[in-house]
Amino acid sequence: MASILKIIAQRLALGALTMFVVSVVIFTAVNLLPGDFAQAILGQGATPEAVDAIRRDLGLDQPPITRYLDWLAGALQGDLGNSFAQANFAAFVGSDAGSGLSSVAGQIAPRFENTIFLAGVTALFAVPVSLTLGILAALYRNSIFDRATNILTLSSISSPEFFLAYILILFLAVMNPILPSLSNIYEGMGFGERFTKTLLPALTLTLVVTAHMMRMTRAAIINLLASPYIEMAQLKGISPLRIIVKHALPNALAPIINVVALNLAYLITGVVVVEVVFVYPGIGQLFVDSVKIRDIPVVQACCLIFAGAYILLNLTADVLSILSNPRLRHPK
Amino acid sequence: MSNLMLFVAAIIGVLGGGWVFRFLGRTFTGNKPYFRDMGLGVAFGYVLGALLLIWLIWAYGQSHSSDLATANKFFFLGKAVEGFFLFAAAAWVFRLFGRYVGPDGSRKIFRSMPLTASFGVLTILIYAFVAIFAAWLAPYGQEEILSSANIVPGGNPTVGGNPEFPLGTDQIGRDIMSRLIFGAQNTVGIAFATTCLAFFIGGSLGFLAATLQGWLDQVLSRGVDVLMAIPSLIFALLLMTIASAWAGSEKGLLTYYMILIIAVIDSTRVFRLARAVGLNIVVMDYIEAAKLRGEGLSYLIFREILPNAYAPLLAEFGLRFCFVFLTIASLSFLGVGIQPPTADWGTMVRDLAQFINFAGFAPQVASAPLLAAGAIALLTVAVNFVVDWMLQKSSGLKE
Repeated sequence: MASILKIIAQRLALGALTMFVVSVVIFTAVNLLPGDFAQAILGQGATPEAVDAIRRDLGLDQPPITRYLDWLAGALQGDLGNSFAQANFAAFVGSDAGSGLSSVAGQIAPRFENTIFLAGVTALFAVPVSLTLGILAALYRNSIFDRATNILTLSSISSPEFFLAYILILFLAVMNPILPSLSNIYEGMGFGERFTKTLLPALTLTLVVTAHMMRMTRAAIINLLASPYIEMAQLKGISPLRIIVKHALPNALAPIINVVALNLAYLITGVVVVEVVFVYPGIGQLFVDSVKIRDIPVVQACCLIFAGAYILLNLTADVLSILSNPRLRHPK
Repeated sequence: MSNLMLFVAAIIGVLGGGWVFRFLGRTFTGNKPYFRDMGLGVAFGYVLGALLLIWLIWAYGQSHSSDLATANKFFFLGKAVEGFFLFAAAAWVFRLFGRYVGPDGSRKIFRSMPLTASFGVLTILIYAFVAIFAAWLAPYGQEEILSSANIVPGGNPTVGGNPEFPLGTDQIGRDIMSRLIFGAQNTVGIAFATTCLAFFIGGSLGFLAATLQGWLDQVLSRGVDVLMAIPSLIFALLLMTIASAWAGSEKGLLTYYMILIIAVIDSTRVFRLARAVGLNIVVMDYIEAAKLRGEGLSYLIFREILPNAYAPLLAEFGLRFCFVFLTIASLSFLGVGIQPPTADWGTMVRDLAQFINFAGFAPQVASAPLLAAGAIALLTVAVNFVVDWMLQKSSGLKE
């Protein structure tokens, strides 16, 4: 048990280190921007004094390392700074200085919850469906069913998300108005209504993710079916389904867990486009909007959150696949 | 709730149908082993498949019905079925053509080619042709604003089309067909250039790391680890923000920045593969021999490692191209990629997307954004089919 704890601790430390380096990369990238925010909001009327005042207010006059440490310390405490979006000249002068600024954390928090909800609903559909389909495809490999699913999944992996999204909108929202095509989610919405409005983006993401997961599940199981102990089970006369579920699946668990986690991590990137298509008020949409108006603190924070979730999911996959390996769980 | 009940009832019904099908099969074939050993699940699958097929045929019939409302409802389904058979037939003819025409080598390849792969090769050839000769094929210029806007695709004057513009015109009166054709040149061309750049960077650094090893390998590998820890689309968006600040008002410059950014991000994946493949090759005896002969680094990389790493790199090139292509399309769709007025499929989808809402009563109108999105999907599907076949062939796996 001690060795496995050590391995896990190592992975966690590595994850934390990666996260730190990623935050440095993001911060450096953002600081490559020409000019600075103070000049940007003051525009043409920028006098050196005003620029200096705003710089001092935002801490932009500090050297980069101090600013980085400030930002990191703030981020660790949940304070991601202020959004530039509503900031203007008035926010910095006069008696009500600071009133026009909205905090990044305040903007992100409700949207983050929406995105998690969307990802959760997607996972709820995608994981069971793709595992079942993957097992079925492995069971009836090289049959018509297998070939048809192969072609279908390959096509849905390779289509851009917005293509799948518009096809679904076309058939499920416009031609047959079953589901709403816009996901206008607001606070205090009932669960049922929220679920219905999330369904179409969730279905789009499911299509993308399921195809990938299913193919990997199939490959992992088929890979195992070549091993001698499976042949033994076949010779004993056990039914094919039982061989797969009882003999192959436990050993294919590690790669399958990996695939599930990787695809959930993929969801994080996928949500950006899908949220824009469905106008879903999630973090991906906020990110794209901020990119367009160059709202640097928000972009920075969203990037950090996306990267963090990505690293965390990969880490979970790592740890879980270690845990699912009996050789590591019970060392000699 | 009633929908759920209906769903469950349908499943039970099909299951019953499967049981009857198996029973009939057993009775009429005198209990042949195939039917005797058939699981209920398999029978269920057959019945479900047959029902779906029947429904598809019925729906296709509906799409040609004389009642306009019904025909509109099944318009896209009918077109999809027609497209599917058209492409399948074209792929079949192309494979047949390849089997009897051309040099021995290519004839041999065509003989063992599955239909999906021949579809892929044919589609890639068509795209390449359109992209190269776009300027001659397109009836109008890509930025040319014509006299009439919002002409419905299809060229049928009774529903608002115009035979002069077979695929219609967009909101400000640019010919959609010309823009689609130029889009092939721009989108595919830019994606191809980006992939080549990514392969140049990632491939050369990867082989260098594999040959030299030591501290260079460590530094490069750890750097790549960090870059790969950030989701690529997110990282691309972040860097595009910065690039757009740099480019300022020169929108054209942004496209070059985008090529550079995506190439660097994707070169990390290429680096990983090139390094892994290279590491397997450098331990070979012939590398040792070459080193003993006193060959230089460039000879080792280009004459010894590269030819042996050809097959996996080619397959990776296809996959990378798909990723790069989809990333560029997504960025353009989000409005930060290829900048207007350059014709590009991702931007076209975004601009025309609102027409989807007219699909209920005027399906031709709604087909405009789908054409551009479909053009993207078709190419990536084709490339993936070819790569899938190549991987299967090179690994020699039958299962």
